[in-house]
Amino acid sequence: MPNMNMIQSLNSALDIVLDRDEDVIVFGEDVGYFGGVFRTTDGLQAKHGAHRVFDTPLSEGGILATAFGMGINGLRPVVEIQFADYIFPAYDQIVNELAKIRHRSGGEFWSPVTVRTPAGGGIRGGHHHSQSPESQFTHTPGLKVAYCSTPYNAKGLLISAVESNDPVIFFEPKRCYRGPFYGDPHNVPTWDGHPEAEVPESHYTVPLGEARLAMEGDECTVIAWGAMVHVCEQAIRDSGVSCDLIDLQSLVPWDRDSVVASIEKTGRCVIVHEAPKTSGFGAEMAASVQERCFYQLESPIRRVTGWDTPFPHTTEWDYMPGPARIAAAIRETQED
Amino acid sequence: MARKKKKSGLSIPDAPFRPGEESTFESWPWKPGDLNRPDPAKCEAEETSAHADGLVRVLGNDNNATGEWNPGLSADKLREGLEHMVRLRIFDNRMMKLQRTGKLSFYMRSFGEECVAIAQTMALEEQDWVFPTYRQPGAQFVRGRDMVSMICHCLGNVEDNIKGRQMPVHYSYKDGRFISVSSPVGTQFSQAVGVAMASRYKGLDEVTITWIGDGASAEGDYHYALNFAGVFKAPVILNVVNNQWAISTHANFATGGEEFASRGLPYGLPSFRVDGNDFLALYAVTKWARERAASGTGATHIEVLTYRAGAHSSSDDPSRYRPVDEHEKWPGGDPVERLRDHLIEIGEWSEEQQVELEERVDEEVTSAYKEAVGYGDMASGPYPGADTIFTEVYEEMPWHLEEQLDEAMEG
Repeated sequence: MPNMNMIQSLNSALDIVLDRDEDVIVFGEDVGYFGGVFRTTDGLQAKHGAHRVFDTPLSEGGILATAFGMGINGLRPVVEIQFADYIFPAYDQIVNELAKIRHRSGGEFWSPVTVRTPAGGGIRGGHHHSQSPESQFTHTPGLKVAYCSTPYNAKGLLISAVESNDPVIFFEPKRCYRGPFYGDPHNVPTWDGHPEAEVPESHYTVPLGEARLAMEGDECTVIAWGAMVHVCEQAIRDSGVSCDLIDLQSLVPWDRDSVVASIEKTGRCVIVHEAPKTSGFGAEMAASVQERCFYQLESPIRRVTGWDTPFPHTTEWDYMPGPARIAAAIRETQED
Repeated sequence: MARKKKKSGLSIPDAPFRPGEESTFESWPWKPGDLNRPDPAKCEAEETSAHADGLVRVLGNDNNATGEWNPGLSADKLREGLEHMVRLRIFDNRMMKLQRTGKLSFYMRSFGEECVAIAQTMALEEQDWVFPTYRQPGAQFVRGRDMVSMICHCLGNVEDNIKGRQMPVHYSYKDGRFISVSSPVGTQFSQAVGVAMASRYKGLDEVTITWIGDGASAEGDYHYALNFAGVFKAPVILNVVNNQWAISTHANFATGGEEFASRGLPYGLPSFRVDGNDFLALYAVTKWARERAASGTGATHIEVLTYRAGAHSSSDDPSRYRPVDEHEKWPGGDPVERLRDHLIEIGEWSEEQQVELEERVDEEVTSAYKEAVGYGDMASGPYPGADTIFTEVYEEMPWHLEEQLDEAMEG
């Protein structure tokens, strides 16, 4: 199987869905002729035509509104919001329109839009090129939310998202586009040789709603998504504790059964995300875990998250959860 | 009911020229002296329809200044403008080199657009508010900002006045009434109308100037701004900097029309298209807009016609989407050269003085850089402390941030 980085695997996914379904249409800012500021749509306009892969005015609200309209008229739009930080002009269209159309019309109308958006920190992007706003969408009924972490699941999840008849907000950890990120900004490997970078060229899916067991152990369950999956992998190795590492992949719906089964085995749980702590998706998970696993828990559930502050530029490594903070939390679960 | 599908009829625009093609702009039909200068205190929007469809120019192809719009500036004032523009260009080039060596994380030059914020800010009064995007840093030179302070911000070091919180070029300079730059494009445009409404509410002689790109004029904020400014007669100067490109997106994707200026007319705003590389024309129209705003008559909408000669940012590679020499073909030429040539034409400047100026400014930038980098840089620090993540999130730190601050400092 070919080795692909995440940009290549996402590009492959889009190429396949464009090939298979002429109702698929790809658009957004800089995605057409240029092929996207991260190169994710490179070559797709030349191959599939400017009427299927095109640039738009700089108007996130306009992109989502027109995607909504195309969706209810039978197309299957896959739009890019260049940075997740810039999704908010489209928030009204997503939250009040896209998420609710199936329900509000009694099932008469739906709009199967996929919103791809690079998210997360680690690229010195400061306030507005670093945020990870997944919980601002998990809190909206009607939306599915996915967050890929590797070239393999990026492609499989994106194909599932596009093929879903529900709207999907699809977060891509931009820090991991060209390599897994283990929390050391001075040592960032490429995807070359990584087992999760072996990506079939053909169509396959990673179902929405299923988690991935990234590491297996029996003393603690660590749950993460996006770039934090790899940081947790490093932290687990550093901690010396035998851990299940669950890569959630889908946040809505999330794979509660796999999480509960793991915690029933380990009795301990650490939840890690880049986004701020307050009202983060970790809070939802912690609440659900204690509802299901209260009598199996041997220690309090711990959360390691971004701070409840704007995302900083110069000091981003003091902001993002790193292996040291995560490993400390894992070890603490063993002390109680 | 299945219907037979026809070939797609969806219309998608394109840029006029792509890599490998030759950029052949038609020369402008508009000349200095074409357009009259209405009374700013009495002007109605429709009186400017010719100005919106045409182009206000003062500097002709012969480097002379003519027409009703000639602001009649002194040679000293013109030399001051030239010096600011030269300073910005040299400063930008130095910062971009530092970015390439890793001392800055990111940079954006104003190359080809140096005239915009400099001429326009010079046409204002010192109490007026400047609400910029990332391509108007030159206004700070006009407002007297210390260059060392600007570089410290770009380096994100311990002397950065915004404490390393935002990316380089996201300046904030309250002493110069230069409001903090934000990355989301367009947001400042309608916010500036609010700043101006507050000045009017307080009965102060303050005007607000703001800018938006041709690309960002597709955002809702642009249209909110025009509407609120028209409805409330806000003392605001609303500029669309039409520099042809929004990263790779050509202005053909920002409007289905021919130009941007006339969009202001149905909102009740006098609207002008101005040669953005013509220092004198830009100064004159901005001065007109300030007079109008100060008279209580309201806002002005200006399309600043120019060309983004450089990359969007240090992360961009324009050779992938436009001919690399396209900026050299731009009918508006280069703003620095045009003002220089005008000063030489009227006998108030020389090639030798230009060389001396560039050498002096280069030394000034070098000296400022050496001092600034002594306070740290992005590659090797020292950086602002982790505690700066937590301060100024709120006016007073709530308990949960105090706890997180303690945790961060222990780690």
